[in-house]
Amino acid sequence: MKIVVCIKQVPDTTEIKINPVTGTLIRDGVPSIMNPDDKGALEMALRLKDQYGAHVTVITMGPPQADLILREAFAMGADRAILLTDRRFAGADTLATSNALAGALKTMEYDIVFAGRQAIDGDTAQVGPEMAEHLGLPQVSYVVDLNVKNENTVIVKKETEEGYQMLEADTPCVLTVLASANKARYMSVSGIVNAYNREVEIWTADSIDVEESKLGLKGSPTKVQKSFAKGLKQAGEVFEVDAEEAVGIIVSKLKEKFII
Amino acid sequence: MDKSAYKHVYVFVEQRDGVIQPVAFELLGKARDLADALGEKVVALFPGYQIADSCQTLIEHGADQVICADHAQLKDYLTEQYVQVITQVIEEYKPSILLLGATTIGRDLGPRLAARITTGLTADCTKLEISEDRELWSTRPAFGGNLMATIVNSTHRPQMSTVRPGVMQKREADPTRQGEVINFEPKLDESKFKVRLIETVKEDKGKVDITEAKILVSGGRGVGNKENFDKLQELAGVLDAEVSTSRAMVDAGIMPHDRQVGQTGKTVRPNLYFALGISGAIQHLAGMEESDFIIAINKDKFAPIFQVSDLGIVGDVNKIVPMLTERLAQELKK
Repeated sequence: MKIVVCIKQVPDTTEIKINPVTGTLIRDGVPSIMNPDDKGALEMALRLKDQYGAHVTVITMGPPQADLILREAFAMGADRAILLTDRRFAGADTLATSNALAGALKTMEYDIVFAGRQAIDGDTAQVGPEMAEHLGLPQVSYVVDLNVKNENTVIVKKETEEGYQMLEADTPCVLTVLASANKARYMSVSGIVNAYNREVEIWTADSIDVEESKLGLKGSPTKVQKSFAKGLKQAGEVFEVDAEEAVGIIVSKLKEKFII
Repeated sequence: MDKSAYKHVYVFVEQRDGVIQPVAFELLGKARDLADALGEKVVALFPGYQIADSCQTLIEHGADQVICADHAQLKDYLTEQYVQVITQVIEEYKPSILLLGATTIGRDLGPRLAARITTGLTADCTKLEISEDRELWSTRPAFGGNLMATIVNSTHRPQMSTVRPGVMQKREADPTRQGEVINFEPKLDESKFKVRLIETVKEDKGKVDITEAKILVSGGRGVGNKENFDKLQELAGVLDAEVSTSRAMVDAGIMPHDRQVGQTGKTVRPNLYFALGISGAIQHLAGMEESDFIIAINKDKFAPIFQVSDLGIVGDVNKIVPMLTERLAQELKK
């Protein structure tokens, strides 16, 4: 069984703060991490390695420093790592990103392609399904569990708003996974030591067969018109009073608003 | 591409077991604003099975036309089946704008569709407007809600956006509204159907949809434990409200995920939102700041929640809540 896992390096958005004076993001000192849903996907793949001896390749598109999450994937148990990096990929929206990743995947063999459902810096959940379309493969998103039925079929559990669905998918297929699907393993000590002796393959736009017009900024239908810090609304009155008085204030406010 | 060939604002109408999902009505309400700004029509794109009886309600909520694709293969949502039918509608009718709900269905369907027809898709928008040059401007949170970005797609059509449930407001149904229903016969290529639905399981987690509640009593870290949440439940009982929560309490296993408000939970806009012992991380604010009236109680007078609250009380939530419940019970008896 051959598996490819698409992962992304993201800033830990829970650590991002806003400069209250300028209203801009403070990115300095914000740690970069492997995107949590992607880690869930990698863990799901590594469990197939534990169970069936699957060969696990991780691939990421990003700047050279994204090498770090590939080393982390090695230390968790991945067998092969590819860094897709090229200035020609820069400025890509989800469609252009999916074109590049699909281009790389077209040169590879696999039974299952895993990706995280979404990345915490963009929260779009688009790259997995878009990539599946370019590859002409069936997709299931929001996957929380997986069982291999036979050589050509997997049974997956998909989380929905109301509960879950059980679906059967033919392989090869693309599955996008939630971080909550599992508890990802830690890097092993020997794995960490070895991770830096392993080879991360560097691929560029020349390594894949995709027209340049479909990559990077040129290949992106969506453009950012403007971005801005969210203006908070005007703060209301704040009272520092004892509990008795607080209750009185709340009740009179609810009356004023005709809520009671 | 000749953009002038693409016209009208389309809404993907999501149904589950034949029941139209609330987000579809919310999108029709917004689509009405956009179409009026463009001087174009609102078209409801409605795939499903045995759904003909529901078309009129889409018209009452703002659609000028309903494209009804009624087919046994479209009974339950499956990616490829739905992508095929919607692709055929897009190729035949050439919409300028297509809106989808940012649900587990819309977020699975939208990107697959965008890739098949080669266009852009903006996810989880909180604001949609028509620019002076008649483009769709879609504004969405980025970086975990830390930043807002306005996205345009001026080179491809249709312009596609998803919107989370609870963000837009639906219109009151107008039974006098007239519209046209077009029956669309999809030509489905079954050889491409590689995913089969085995079963759909609804889990009853004491589930109420918090996005539908008029009043939410929301507790966070400051509430702290299950016993104190029971006190919140009592307050909610008196006000006929629902209890919701912040991420911290879900991560701690005290409250279920379907009650979580915020970036990774649900977006709510009730008439009244009690933020009790919630400090107001930006991810939480992203999910509730559109509430009509916000009352916050927190020990820390510097808590960011007080930046968005309409009424703030610096104090011990676990002391104030039982007293408030008692007082409200008396008031409402009168």
